Amino acid sequence: MLPTQQPYLRADALLSVRNLSVVFRRGQQTLEAVAGVSFDVRRGETVGLVGESGSGKTTTGRAILRLLPKANSSMSGTITFSGQDVQAMPAEQLRAARRHLQMIFQDPMSSFNPRRTVSDIVAEGLVIHGVDRTEIATRVDSALNDVGLSAALVGGRRPHQLSGGQSQRVAIARVLALQPDLIVCDEPVASLDVSVQAQVINLLHEIRETKRLALIFISHDLAVVRHISDRVAVMYMGKIVEIGEAEHVFSRPAHPYTWKLLEAVPVPEASVKLRPASVGTEIPSPANPPSGCRFRTRCPRARELCADVEPPLRPMPHGQFAACHFPHEEPAPTPLSAG
Amino acid sequence: MSDPDAPLLDVEDLSCDIDTPVGVARVLRNVSLRLAQGRTLGLVGESGSGKSMLIKSILDLAPRAARVTGRVMFEGVELTGMRAAERRKFVGRRVGVVLQNPMTSLNPVVHVGRQIEESARYHLKLSKAQAREVAIDLMARVGLPDPRDSYSHYPHQFSGGMKQRVTIAAALACEPDLLIADEATTALDVTVQKDILDLLQMIQEERRMSMILVTHNLGIVAGRTDEVAVMYGGRIVETARTNALFRSPRHRYTDALLAAMPRADHAAHTTLRTIAGQPPDPLQPLAGCPFAPRCPVAEARCADSMPPTTFEAADARAFACYVPRTLVAPPPAEVH
Repeated sequence: MLPTQQPYLRADALLSVRNLSVVFRRGQQTLEAVAGVSFDVRRGETVGLVGESGSGKTTTGRAILRLLPKANSSMSGTITFSGQDVQAMPAEQLRAARRHLQMIFQDPMSSFNPRRTVSDIVAEGLVIHGVDRTEIATRVDSALNDVGLSAALVGGRRPHQLSGGQSQRVAIARVLALQPDLIVCDEPVASLDVSVQAQVINLLHEIRETKRLALIFISHDLAVVRHISDRVAVMYMGKIVEIGEAEHVFSRPAHPYTWKLLEAVPVPEASVKLRPASVGTEIPSPANPPSGCRFRTRCPRARELCADVEPPLRPMPHGQFAACHFPHEEPAPTPLSAG
Repeated sequence: MSDPDAPLLDVEDLSCDIDTPVGVARVLRNVSLRLAQGRTLGLVGESGSGKSMLIKSILDLAPRAARVTGRVMFEGVELTGMRAAERRKFVGRRVGVVLQNPMTSLNPVVHVGRQIEESARYHLKLSKAQAREVAIDLMARVGLPDPRDSYSHYPHQFSGGMKQRVTIAAALACEPDLLIADEATTALDVTVQKDILDLLQMIQEERRMSMILVTHNLGIVAGRTDEVAVMYGGRIVETARTNALFRSPRHRYTDALLAAMPRADHAAHTTLRTIAGQPPDPLQPLAGCPFAPRCPVAEARCADSMPPTTFEAADARAFACYVPRTLVAPPPAEVH
């Protein structure tokens, strides 16, 4: 168990994740998708979770809502939401808690029943939670209003009649109707076109301000995460390798992995032609992670120590925490100096 | 037969209509495009803008229901006049294509090496042994580990990025003059995306091929292409030298698209400029500029008639807009 006095963890948090580990089993093989992750989310705060595919960001998000498949996964650690232990909750209590703890998925269309109308879809959670019918109608209206849709216009439509942006708005409205305290957003804009993506990002921004909502924003897109997050946790192979205020992490990244991610983000700036780099990326198998620091096989700064001793998260001079023996101290790479 | 002074690819007034049960979808309207030998072009647009249909129409891969009109010339040879079989032979030999999802372009039950050499055996009539050597060389070139071993691996034994390297190797097997990468990195992680883009750029420079990078992400073509063409509603709305396009977008859509992109080098919580509304429906007739309904500065004439194309030689630019953004001059240090 991590000591609670770690300054990146907070006592007054809405959600506390402590030492979360998730193991998936497949036949005789086991795969540790999340390996001892701890972080907090305060009321009204947006925490971005970034990393490549397989880094464990989605698994972390699902574990928080207890949405992992029971058959082949097991988790350890504690998740506390509003002072209650989420894992210890009996089914009935969990259902009640989920009203305050909601999730938005990458592909909204597959989270809708294609035969129901938009109004029914938005009302679904309210029905489950036994809200009475007249109130349901007003809350569906106001939730659709909050996401810039009108119940009169789209309420009677079915999912196939919605555009990509509209269906993500409906998914957000469905969640908002429950008036949650925390929403886990798993790649909510990844499938949207740039022009529509901007609308949804601004919308999430606005909602979070007006409703004092806490968000966990899971994304592989660092540009999007920077736009929306107060704090950012960078994950690599199931571990948080860097966590801190978004400004610090993006402007003074300490961990070489954060550095590598930032270098790789395409930036719409073309005054200089990029020089291609010839070194490729080889990602180790998650079933058999490297000893010591898990990033060392891809790390340009790795030395012997990195293979022997796993670095703990420790404070960096610029305010964030990073798990690295040889962290960067210089300012963030610019896209033009990369490659 | 072929004319050495002609551009490698010259597309003239290409239109494509598709008959659907609910009417005619006009997916391409009067698209013209030129690409010189050894140059790279970024073809950028959102979904439905027509960028993939343009590529398919050039390669004669458009669906049967499509009616393609206009002219496609390759080194001065007119492709559009050829018989289907002849055109396939020509294009298959001279053009390599890398698609978004390597899992759908690779056969899951055939060794990757065989798939890489397939087009070389067919088009270049190489023997089995020769083709094998070509495949192994290419696998080494695109950074696949232990090419002799991985020659007889199956696609599922590779990660997403490695599979994409396999399809790149296959696209290069006939030493094409033009490589088209259609959203080739969209499904990949940013770090792997960078590796693949770097690889494509290196191979393009080393073989002096021409390349078209098709993408919805303006960031990908910045710094990696010579020219950019921006598509919207089945038209190329603006084309220019890459640095000029990013420095000073002239068409209102290019400008709006750039402003709508979240950027990692911008401060947190900046409100993005959004583009209101939805892209045009190809089934609806459009008299004027396709962007007019969403354009913040559109005038009455924008919806009524298509603006004429304006050319600006200094930036190799062409755009069709009645109310363009003011041109920003290049900084004195910038040399073309």
